[in-house]
Amino acid sequence: MQLVLEQLLNGLQLSLTLFLLAAGLTLVFGIMGVINLAHGSLYMIGAYAGAWAAAKTGTFWLALPAGLAAAALVGAAMELLVVRRLYAREHLSQVLATFGLILFFNGFIAWSAGRSPLLMETPPQLSGFVEILPGLPYPAYRLAMMGVGVAVALGLWYMISRTRIGMLIRAGSDKREMVEALGVDIAKLFTLVFALGALLAGLAGVMVGPIRSVQVGMGEQVLITTFVVIVVGGIGSIRGAFAGALLIGMCDTLGRAFVPMLLKSWLSGPLADGLGGALSSVIIYLVMALVLIVRPRGLFPVSG
Amino acid sequence: MRLKSIALAGAALLSFTAAASAQQPIKIGIVTTLSTPGGYLGEDARDGILLAISEEGGKLGGVPVQTLVEDDKLKPGDAKQIVDKWIENDKVKLFTGIIFSNVAVAVVPSILESGGIFVSPNAGPSNFSGKACNKNYYVASWQNDNLHESAGALAKKLGYKKMVLLAPNYQAGKDAITGFRRMYGGEVIEEIYTGLDQTDFSAEMARIRAAKPDAVFQFHPGGQGIAFLKQWQQAGLKDQIPMVVASPSLEQRIAAAAGDAAIGIAATAHWNTDFKNAENEAFVKGFRAKYNREPTVYASQGYDTAKLIGAALKASGGKLEDDAFRAGMMKADVKLTRGPFKFNTNQHPIQDWYEIKAVKGSDGKVVLETGAKVLEQHGDAYAKDCKI
Amino acid sequence: MKLTRTGVFTIVVALAFLAVPYAATLLGSNYVITLATRVAIYAIVAVSLDMLVGRSNLVSFGHAAYFGLGGYAVAISAFHLANDVPIFGWAGTNEALIAWPLAMFVAGFGALIIGALSLRTAGVYFIMITLAFAQMLFFLFVALKYYGGDDGLSLSTRNLFAGNRITDARTFYWICLAALAICLLLSWRILNSRFGMVLRGAAASERRMAALGFPVYRYRLAAFVIAGMMAGLAGALWANQNRFVSPDMLSWVRSGEFLVMVIMGGLSSLVGPVVGAAAFLLIESYLSGWTEHWQMVFGPFVLLVAVFAPRGLWGALRGKGDV
Repeated sequence: MQLVLEQLLNGLQLSLTLFLLAAGLTLVFGIMGVINLAHGSLYMIGAYAGAWAAAKTGTFWLALPAGLAAAALVGAAMELLVVRRLYAREHLSQVLATFGLILFFNGFIAWSAGRSPLLMETPPQLSGFVEILPGLPYPAYRLAMMGVGVAVALGLWYMISRTRIGMLIRAGSDKREMVEALGVDIAKLFTLVFALGALLAGLAGVMVGPIRSVQVGMGEQVLITTFVVIVVGGIGSIRGAFAGALLIGMCDTLGRAFVPMLLKSWLSGPLADGLGGALSSVIIYLVMALVLIVRPRGLFPVSG
Repeated sequence: MRLKSIALAGAALLSFTAAASAQQPIKIGIVTTLSTPGGYLGEDARDGILLAISEEGGKLGGVPVQTLVEDDKLKPGDAKQIVDKWIENDKVKLFTGIIFSNVAVAVVPSILESGGIFVSPNAGPSNFSGKACNKNYYVASWQNDNLHESAGALAKKLGYKKMVLLAPNYQAGKDAITGFRRMYGGEVIEEIYTGLDQTDFSAEMARIRAAKPDAVFQFHPGGQGIAFLKQWQQAGLKDQIPMVVASPSLEQRIAAAAGDAAIGIAATAHWNTDFKNAENEAFVKGFRAKYNREPTVYASQGYDTAKLIGAALKASGGKLEDDAFRAGMMKADVKLTRGPFKFNTNQHPIQDWYEIKAVKGSDGKVVLETGAKVLEQHGDAYAKDCKI
Repeated sequence: MKLTRTGVFTIVVALAFLAVPYAATLLGSNYVITLATRVAIYAIVAVSLDMLVGRSNLVSFGHAAYFGLGGYAVAISAFHLANDVPIFGWAGTNEALIAWPLAMFVAGFGALIIGALSLRTAGVYFIMITLAFAQMLFFLFVALKYYGGDDGLSLSTRNLFAGNRITDARTFYWICLAALAICLLLSWRILNSRFGMVLRGAAASERRMAALGFPVYRYRLAAFVIAGMMAGLAGALWANQNRFVSPDMLSWVRSGEFLVMVIMGGLSSLVGPVVGAAAFLLIESYLSGWTEHWQMVFGPFVLLVAVFAPRGLWGALRGKGDV
């Protein structure tokens, strides 16, 4: 029972990390209609800037703002220099352009920072455990990551539904002219949204630094899963991204946790172990395919 | 008529190149992985090879050499294309550099069919170590299973009775578990297969905690290994359950990137920075000076590969076609950074394996420290099937 | 008949392909042929993908799956033959004229099932569901230990072609070039037929085509299957050229590269995808031979094409006006 609870917690934690990545992507995708394959690169840039700052200053608490700032700045620059020229174009030009950006960023990081994975340690304040239930300790850092994920979700929800800027963002997606008639500089708004998406990717990058490997190509490892999340949730919907992240994060974790065990009650040991491994690799794709077959526009389709 | 004249011209050209080859440098094609997360492995192997060449002033074994280097992008098809290009355009006969087994499996046959020679600085897949061994195929690093056999032997030596084994769900991962089991002999409570690009292992760690093993063996090279060690420490398992790994899951760069999370982990390797022999001391010093970073086991393998090629070139006087090259290679009359070494009948290494432990160095950084010998002059299980 | 700019460049591209063997003789190296063979094979995939992406607005992000299925169909038959357990106990599977259509059938069958499910969605959802199925197949082949798993399968020889060996680089090149020509012809015929008109019409407005009484879903599925079969043929040729297959053939990176080839070359044009495949392969291989940091040059190049050549390289070459 305790194991089930622990695995649920693990699933929740993975879900919230996925949400950080998915929120930025779905904002940019849904509101500006831009397919940004280089979203994973922004995550990598956040992690690298964070690791660099941590190495220079010796503290995680300066790594965090460094990672956020780097990702947001690169994101804003990307929007101003490249993405802006592609709004009027088909999605496919954006796919091509951002594919080029992935190559460039990977090459650039390998050239400038070297190919070695970087060191990034857990901040000492968060390196301990919290006993959530008697006999069930859980890493404090992972709990903190969950807290950040929840805070971001609430913050985004508040911003989108309760603030003027959120209203503009919502309107900007399909009523461009109306927003412009209100005297709002939509170009600036889009730069801002893009930078916000990048900032969230950077946040995810810094946060995973102490538990994953900070290395070239780390962005592509999460890119596809992030796309899966926003598609399952319904593109453009923050609520959808949250639901999608929960579904995918849970299925992935619980699949890895329990599928091999369930198979073992039917099959012989090694066969079950191998098959279980294979099944848990495809489980998120299976879930996505099923969701889309039943609901072709995701769980929370955005109207229009 | 026309055909005949082309043939004649071709023959003339051939005899010309043969005459000129005494002065011409020997071309060495280094196809290796420089991009993708696995890029640092290839970078180190390449730099090890280049260091050995530059120390001799552009020569190996007294014979001038010229290197061609290209990134295989960890794609077997691309590696094949590069090799084809060098065979056709540059008439390269001597190849090295490949890091990953799946690239080697795809590319080595075409090198051998072209009459070329391949000396592996890393990958040693079982495909070519048994029945399908070849007199022009040498492995200077290890037969893949050796890595995990030595870890298994260490686990046995440390007296672990019940273990959980983890590896990624691909061929090399499955081979790792087979190799480990061969020498371990104890009870395996569970085998856990992880995903190809998996970066979060919390679910697996909860399973391990519940299984309560004496110790854990895991095989996750590169970035996956770093993530695994960090999360292992964070889950608080590091102080509860001992871990045994093979060298790809705990080398110098993994230790540097994992930091404290690596401390206390037991690994096995055939080489380490602190090996006390003159060749190794010179190599480590030279590598640090030239590249301004710590050498890894991949760098030492690249360096040793170059040294072995040097020994063979010296024996044959720079001729690759000669049997003298092969004789020189097999004799391996050269001191390597890893110490005693000889080629088995299947042209894979027979060498010593040591216990390696990550400890905190005097400057607070993690260093790898060599312990006792785990396996002495160890060959591989496939040599008996090889008839050369 | 007036020779348009498009016409001139089309002839240039065709001549370039025809001149390859002579260039090889001049240079004294068969590598030109090997490289051109690869270009021809990838061009087949690009042409097939353009039929979906360019003409029908069906962006498949899993096209590598059919390429891989075709390759594995050939490799698995060869594997069974080599181990004396030929499929259905029949040694004919080493004949290209049997193995390659088999590969096309397997890939087409895969496309039929995947397409039937995927075509229920549209737009970005379609992109992602095709990716999902391709990923499932990718992990399936990684897990298939019997067929080499992650390491893939090697073929000891190429297939026989009508009983003849095709180890000679030139012979094999002509075969691949002929396959490309047939695919181009087929694609041209299809797109100028009623079938192609319906596809294009549906890309512009699905509702209108449906209102006119065309079963859009079935037309699209047919296009999806045909494109899958072409990709399967390319996979079979690739397996023969390299004499191995591996799950890498089906990876999402490969699917992405196919898309990049088509977009970079220029959508909805017969020659564009061929130019895209050639440009992608030649530039990438040239750059990575030139510097280990090739990504830093190739990335910006791709980016510039995207920004400044909205109709792709082919669109830029043939200029405005021409269609």
